[in-house]
Amino acid sequence: MTAPVPPAPVPIVEMKSISISFPGVKALDGVDFRLFPGEVHTLMGENGAGKSTLIKALTGVYRIDDGEILVGGQSRRLTGTADAQDAGISTVYQEVNLCDNLTIGENVMLGHETRGRFGINWTATHRAAVDALEKLGLGHLNPRQPLSTLSLAVQQLVAISRAMVAKSTVLILDEPTSSLDANEVEGLFAVIRRLRDQGVAILFVSHFLDQVYAISDRMTVLRNGQYQGEYLTRELPRAALIATMIGKEVASLASLDSERAERDHLHTDEPILRAEGLGRKGSIDPTDLELHRGEVVGFAGLLGSGRTELARLLYGADKADEGQVYFRGKKVDISTPTRGLAHKIAFSSENRRDEGIVRDLSVRENLVLAVQAKRGWARPLSKRDKDAIVTKYLAELNVRPADPDRPIRNLSGGNQQKVLLGRWLATKPELLILDEPTRGIDVGAKAEIQEQVAALADDGVAVVFISSELEEVVRLSDRIVVLKDHRKIAEIINGPGVTADLIVNTIAEEGVPAGADAAWSTPADREVSE
Amino acid sequence: MSTVTSFDNRPTSVEPKREGGPARWLKAHLGLLPTFAALLIFLAMIVYGEIAYGRILQASTVSNLLINNAHLVILAVGLTFVILTGGIDLSVGAVIAFSSVAGVLLTNAGWNPWFVIVLMVLIGSLFGLISGVLIQFFDVQPFIATLAMMFLARGLASMLSTTPERLADESPMRGLATQFKLVDGPRVNDLVITPGVIIAVVVVLVAVFLLHRTRFGRTVYAIGGSEQSSTLMGLPVVSTKLWVYVISGTLAGVAAVVYTARLGSAQNITGIGWELDAIAATVIGGTLLMGGAGFVLGSVVGALVLGLMNVLITRDGGIRPETTTIITGGILLVFVLLQRAVASRRRE
Amino acid sequence: MTETQSAPARTAARLLRTPYFWGIVAIALLLLVNVLRDPGYLAITVNPANGNLVGNLVDILRAAAPILMIAVGMCLVIATGGIDLSVGSIMVVSGAVAMEFLNAAAAPDSVLAALAAFLLAVAFGAILGAVNGILVSVVGLQPFISTLVILLAGRGLAKVITEGQNTAASNEPFRWIANGYLVGLPVVLLFAVLIVIAVGLLVRRSALGLMIEAIGMDPKAARLAGIKRRSLLMTVYIASGILAGIAGVFATASVMTVDVSRTGYQLELDAILAVVIGGTSLAGGKFNLGGTVVGALLIATLDKTVVFLGISSSATPAFKAIVIVVLCLLQSERVRQLFRQRRAPGTFVPSKETIPA
Repeated sequence: MTAPVPPAPVPIVEMKSISISFPGVKALDGVDFRLFPGEVHTLMGENGAGKSTLIKALTGVYRIDDGEILVGGQSRRLTGTADAQDAGISTVYQEVNLCDNLTIGENVMLGHETRGRFGINWTATHRAAVDALEKLGLGHLNPRQPLSTLSLAVQQLVAISRAMVAKSTVLILDEPTSSLDANEVEGLFAVIRRLRDQGVAILFVSHFLDQVYAISDRMTVLRNGQYQGEYLTRELPRAALIATMIGKEVASLASLDSERAERDHLHTDEPILRAEGLGRKGSIDPTDLELHRGEVVGFAGLLGSGRTELARLLYGADKADEGQVYFRGKKVDISTPTRGLAHKIAFSSENRRDEGIVRDLSVRENLVLAVQAKRGWARPLSKRDKDAIVTKYLAELNVRPADPDRPIRNLSGGNQQKVLLGRWLATKPELLILDEPTRGIDVGAKAEIQEQVAALADDGVAVVFISSELEEVVRLSDRIVVLKDHRKIAEIINGPGVTADLIVNTIAEEGVPAGADAAWSTPADREVSE
Repeated sequence: MSTVTSFDNRPTSVEPKREGGPARWLKAHLGLLPTFAALLIFLAMIVYGEIAYGRILQASTVSNLLINNAHLVILAVGLTFVILTGGIDLSVGAVIAFSSVAGVLLTNAGWNPWFVIVLMVLIGSLFGLISGVLIQFFDVQPFIATLAMMFLARGLASMLSTTPERLADESPMRGLATQFKLVDGPRVNDLVITPGVIIAVVVVLVAVFLLHRTRFGRTVYAIGGSEQSSTLMGLPVVSTKLWVYVISGTLAGVAAVVYTARLGSAQNITGIGWELDAIAATVIGGTLLMGGAGFVLGSVVGALVLGLMNVLITRDGGIRPETTTIITGGILLVFVLLQRAVASRRRE
Repeated sequence: MTETQSAPARTAARLLRTPYFWGIVAIALLLLVNVLRDPGYLAITVNPANGNLVGNLVDILRAAAPILMIAVGMCLVIATGGIDLSVGSIMVVSGAVAMEFLNAAAAPDSVLAALAAFLLAVAFGAILGAVNGILVSVVGLQPFISTLVILLAGRGLAKVITEGQNTAASNEPFRWIANGYLVGLPVVLLFAVLIVIAVGLLVRRSALGLMIEAIGMDPKAARLAGIKRRSLLMTVYIASGILAGIAGVFATASVMTVDVSRTGYQLELDAILAVVIGGTSLAGGKFNLGGTVVGALLIATLDKTVVFLGISSSATPAFKAIVIVVLCLLQSERVRQLFRQRRAPGTFVPSKETIPA
């Protein structure tokens, strides 16, 4: 790795005390950000820290409420992607935003085609495309080939070529490595370094600490929409970075810690659910898994590691390509949510807005929806049954305001999440899968949901708990399934000595070629001891 | 050991997936498959018609096929633009009715015929513009907006007249249907052409140029591929979508001129179901109903397939003409299913 | 601002916000216009000979019957986020089947023949509805394409059934459905009211309504909540087909003739309009059957008024289309936002991207 280019005195992008509010949420609160030419700058922060919002402000997707954006020293009001591109700012997203119905060359040159007397001169356009691709070491690609024949990794590089054709001086890479393998990441990094050396300012966002340390020169850390500081990467140790990102709000969970410790080896019974080689092409490799009554199993892993994908297969939210599921020892077919629900499984999606609440329905209707679906439309719940469910869960989960006839969209995120939890509890599940139930909600609601999870396990429900906050997973789970790159890499029995760091290390070390990960071996050669 | 080898052989980061030659070509050009299918069907229909009824492959039949379907070709071209962006225009048939009734009435009222022709085309543009604004600025679903325009245009046409309005014999608009003999064949077997056919050919050529040789055309395809991506790529999505509906409306106006000139009269019920014919022609020609893939020339083939189908039904005599819409609908459904199959194949 | 409002003002505001308030106002205005033209317009008299109610209002209600049928079906379909453009054509197919059957049966007084014709008509409606349902739910075609095909092919089918003729038949019991009286009221009205009430009860007393709304509002969330979208869509399109079949019987029984090119022609426009007037969004979700009934009554009143005033009825479809466009505009986010900003800043509903990933 070459030494970082010392920053030029004038930043190419300067964002001064940017604020953006959404109803009830201050997504960005007076955030400062600088980006210099010829540097790779990472934006760090947990989910909900405001990284995406900041990027969207810089690309003109969101209007800023307060603050100023300077590009090349000039104050700009960015009103859209096209506007941002005129200012020289291009973005490449994780889910590559190209048109896969067009060819490689068309995608690279779209909107910048070389024109001649008879309209677009395709020969010249393709030549320009090849030139642009060549600069990133992609000269061997045939520009006339459909984009869809390329792997996602190469498509990403094509997207970067496109940004360079647009003569961008600022390149934003939003989670570009989430679905790439190690070789592909190296290829991408080579391109990033090449561009940096040409003086392009690169803003890099990633969840992967290793990658951040491998590629970035400087980082800005955000937490809860607030600016935490700007650091030179080489001067900020990882532990310090994580502390800055997470902050210090874990004390409120201390009591849970000991409680979980007691139940370590509670289950000796037959597993309530057993998965054998359960997998789905492109999202999760065949996985074995056992879940027991009264046990909280945490799925730990980074975004895109397969944690959500595995959970979805367990409920039937996605259909598995291979493998079997045994429920109480009996082989069952869980290929649709209806089937999952019929087997007393409940699944709360991480995507609360699109896959959780039905925004325009009332709290009452949202609460009874799953129970009603389970009964079928011909057997409606009586008013008394509905009232009983509503009263019970509004009180038990402390939903505020406790008004069942209010549209759920008017509730805060935390209360929406509680209603969703209530919806699933009302179906009396024996296995409850919660994917990111605490993301983006306030601290109080978070603690309440965590308490509920613990209480449910005490009542004998099997719980799968997924969160990108490893601390939370460690504190709540009896057992932790660690996932990486679409497969399960380890199972850890929780107990004293198990920390978030350990999980991070497990994930980090597993990336090293086989043989080095002796401490936390793969599930294949290490059975869960009971 | 073999597993290790295969692991090492994984494509590296910067190389495209490798596949066999023919397989790869087919995969790369799956989009052409429906168009080829349409062409094959067209040829098969010609062969069948020639064997079963005879006199299909002769100059007069070919001439009539072109002359009688010029308006449909023009409509299909307009709809190709809209469908390529993933939209739909259900108003074209009704717009033709309104435009042609208005045109005939104005001509007969003594207006300058050339001015009336321009007006007829502009009426179409106006309807297209309204649809586009409703869709683009007020988030009305395309089919709702154009359905409302369909009812509106049909209603306005009925307000003007509910009986066939005959175009005066001496009107210059009829000149657009003048038949020019290109080849003077034996007896009536001549290769003839009308200005209407020439207009259709020009429309097709301009459309091909617009779609394949201008940034506007590339944006049309890009929007059909992914509107979100197109926006994020900084393409002029809003204006392009607006233009697409204006083009479709305008071409409906042009089709109205060509059709009225040929028929010499207009009525408020003209063009019922033509939106289905135009959609079917487009879809048969290989344009994906979801947008993003297709060709204007394919739509031309599609229109000719439908035209030839009518010829064959007439020649057969045993099939009731009422069944035409049923057959058209059936063909449309079959091709949409074919598209689904191809699309899911491509997604693997 | 709202706190300072007086109680009557608040009541008025609530009334104003009722989705079909303007529909009722429009009906009242139309009737007022008619009364101005003829002060005796609203009079309902009892025919001394048979005790039947006679009057313009009765005529309006009778004319509303077929519109009610298709509007109610359309309302359910639209609530799921779809549309059924084929209702008018299903009407003509059902009518054609019934007329052909009765014509062939040639039993002018047979109740059995009437019943069979009725059931046959409804069955054809159900079959065509099922075709729509399969195309939409199993094949996954866009609803407007599937139903557009049936819209155009259906009329062709009707022509094939009657061999292009406007078949007429005579059967007293069948005619009675549309023209008869029961306890002084038109049978067709009683029948329509019964069906609407039955559908309303079925939808609102069972969980059907909630589930239809859920899949119309948020198909993904509804799916994960365990709702079976496919069978619901089938149910709804078949229901719409059956109701259109009944409407076809109403429309043909009154004249005992099926007019293959005019029966049910453009009635999908009326059905859509009735639903939109009733306050149901064309984007799907929350639906309002009561409002749809108001919408259907308004359309019947409008049609009758146009005839009564001697205005050329050819203007009505264009007028209806404009009303649809205006109502669509009022439903659009952009226009709503304008209203909202004026009324209460800060109730802005966050856009989809609010949750930072």
